[in-house]
Amino acid sequence: MKKPVIDAKGVDLTFQTNDGPVHALKNVNLEINKGDFVSFIGPSGCGKTTFLRCIAGLETPTGGTLTVNGLTPEEARKSRAYGYVFQAAGLYPWRTIRGNIQLPLEIMGFPKSEWKGHIDRVLDLVDLRGFGKKFPWQLSGGMQQRASIARALAFDADILLMDEPFGALDEIVRDKLNEELLKLWAATQKTIGFVTHSIPEAVYLSTKIVVMSPRPGRITDVIESTLPPDRPLDIRDSEEFIKIAHRVREGLRAGHDA
Amino acid sequence: MKNILPIVTIVLALIVIWYGAAFKMNSTWTYDQAARAGTEVTFSDLLRDTMQQSRPLLPAPHQIASELWNTTVEKKITSKRSMVYQGMITLKTTLLGFVFGIVIGVALATVIVLSRVGRLTLMPWAIISQTIPIVALAPIIVVLSNAVGTGTLMVPKAIIAAYLSFYPVLVSMVKGLTSPDQMQLDLLRTYGARQSDVFWKLRLPSSMPYFFASLKVAVAASFVGAVVAELSTSAISGLGARMLIGSQFGEPMIMWAALFAAAILAGLLIFLVGSFEKAARHLMGGRAL
Repeated sequence: MKKPVIDAKGVDLTFQTNDGPVHALKNVNLEINKGDFVSFIGPSGCGKTTFLRCIAGLETPTGGTLTVNGLTPEEARKSRAYGYVFQAAGLYPWRTIRGNIQLPLEIMGFPKSEWKGHIDRVLDLVDLRGFGKKFPWQLSGGMQQRASIARALAFDADILLMDEPFGALDEIVRDKLNEELLKLWAATQKTIGFVTHSIPEAVYLSTKIVVMSPRPGRITDVIESTLPPDRPLDIRDSEEFIKIAHRVREGLRAGHDA
Repeated sequence: MKNILPIVTIVLALIVIWYGAAFKMNSTWTYDQAARAGTEVTFSDLLRDTMQQSRPLLPAPHQIASELWNTTVEKKITSKRSMVYQGMITLKTTLLGFVFGIVIGVALATVIVLSRVGRLTLMPWAIISQTIPIVALAPIIVVLSNAVGTGTLMVPKAIIAAYLSFYPVLVSMVKGLTSPDQMQLDLLRTYGARQSDVFWKLRLPSSMPYFFASLKVAVAASFVGAVVAELSTSAISGLGARMLIGSQFGEPMIMWAALFAAAILAGLLIFLVGSFEKAARHLMGGRAL
């Protein structure tokens, strides 16, 4: 039996605030295997981003166990286990696109001689070849987000954690980036954790959809997608797709009424 | 070029008002003189006289212009009567104080941002320092720096200029160094970045727009500090000292020419800092404004 890449057992997280404790995550159990594309979907406050931040070691659970590659999230981070993509591209305006992608390489101490190879490779992956010398403001929002994905890929982490990366983009750009993300995933065989609040996006991208609900943040349903790995955009009109989307919606509604 | 028109209009209006005021204020003296000599003053006499008195209450613009011309272009710059010579002294004080001010401001801001203790202890003192009138402090600074044996007046004058100019740099840099948002800090955390990486690669570059904005204020403050220092340390050279000499010896022309020389120099400094800011913004990938 293969060991899961990310393994959560009974994960609890309570924030102490001035208004008393807030139960952000309650008894979260989840296994993510190598090469999975897992979406976390749910209304705001359901803990989907918090759970992703726990995996990244940006928050520390107050209960349960959480391992990444068999290590604690802290250790996993130090071993460069994952790249993280935020909702905003957050590129440094004073650096070119190449300079931005170089940032993690500098900080992680990659030898200077290897920088060019890494940067060229990820620029190809996100289809930004030829834009390396541009500054962020010279690129569209979608291109900036692609550059930020390239930055997260630059240091060859096996896991890619994405927190609503396309949430701020318009639908047309979003469709295109979703399609490209699937291609990138197929080409790199990465394990992807993807937070979204869009049902079509979750169904279109994922091999596994985790439906969450708020107060306290918990998992209400885990759906294994039956869609084939090769997914053209018009798969969203297929019966299969609509069936899965329906189940997600049911899961969300059930969590909401509870 | 469109921007020039309103500026020129305002300047012309000011000059007209100035001539009017000079005519009115200087006419008292003309009437006095005429009364003593027992002569009548015609309007054209009055007009001629108020525009060319040697010690007018308010010199007319052309008089100041010609005094400025005489004391800059016509005089050798080694002459003590040359505004260029005096201006260079003030400029030297200003720049020295400006550099001190930047170094102190940036250093204090760094300590304040990086350490909680620094934040709690230094910031209140920085604020208090600006509530003390610099004119009151100036003599103390002179005496103290003489006591430690700095020799010239340049050091205390530069300290006074720095005292005024460090503050805008400090306030802007604290704001600039804390400008990166949580997401930016989280991103660096995911890379396992050290505190030094966060400072050099994120905080410091993020603070640059704030830094350059503060430089314009700081250079003006430093200049004011330099002039005030010259006025209040009984200095005998520099534009501030010229103003004082002009007023004490009843030489309004010297006073006004020094004042205008100071204004021109200050404008030049701000223009230079502005150009520097523009060049730096370009280097840091900013879009042209």
